[in-house]
Amino acid sequence: MNIKVLYFARIKEAVNYSTEDIVLPSNVLTITALKNYLAQRGDTWADLFNGRQTIRAAINHELVGNLASIKEGDEVAFFPPVTGG
Amino acid sequence: MAVRVQIEDFDVGLELNKLRLANQNTGALVSFVGQVRDINDGNAINTLTLEHYPEMTEKALTAIENEAKTRWNVIDSLIIHRVGTLKPLDQIVLVVVSSAHRGDAFSACEFIMDFLKTSAPFWKKEATNQGERWVEAKLSDDAAQKRWKR
Repeated sequence: MNIKVLYFARIKEAVNYSTEDIVLPSNVLTITALKNYLAQRGDTWADLFNGRQTIRAAINHELVGNLASIKEGDEVAFFPPVTGG
Repeated sequence: MAVRVQIEDFDVGLELNKLRLANQNTGALVSFVGQVRDINDGNAINTLTLEHYPEMTEKALTAIENEAKTRWNVIDSLIIHRVGTLKPLDQIVLVVVSSAHRGDAFSACEFIMDFLKTSAPFWKKEATNQGERWVEAKLSDDAAQKRWKR
């Protein structure tokens, strides 16, 4: 499955880029599974996605929870809790 | 109902008058302006930079306006949110709500701000004399949002 992943704010700074195209293994079907998949990259990725930090997710520009399903062609975004206003 | 995300400043008086004069049923107009403070968490703030997720931001703000409209008798609403680098006393955000009577406008304006604070994809980074730091989300903002749950 091909998806696009975007990173914002301190997550973008930590990974050092803002967007990437990822070809996911067939068993990565939810936000939780994608976080675990990214955490396996180790180092910074493990620190960010091992579940200790609060990281919000959006799929196709809608805020979603960890159980949300990912589909072919989705745009998934990861970011810290928002601080606008 | 309108949403604008922009680098440029805005004129509160001008925006209020536009909404005020747009509909003869309007009997009440409530607005909120958020601006950059000079001190945060004990440090002097030189600049505040706002990052956002462009494709999602307007969608999220429009969804908040729509939800407010389902809960109260809102005639019209406007959200302007700035992005980019700002300094103390610069305006960050404007919310205006018009309604026939004040109760609806007061509640809807507060509701919009509480949801904007917790669900619209903006992030603030402060530059202080000690360096740059990302602003952390506040538990009090989550609590403010939760009280609207029904």
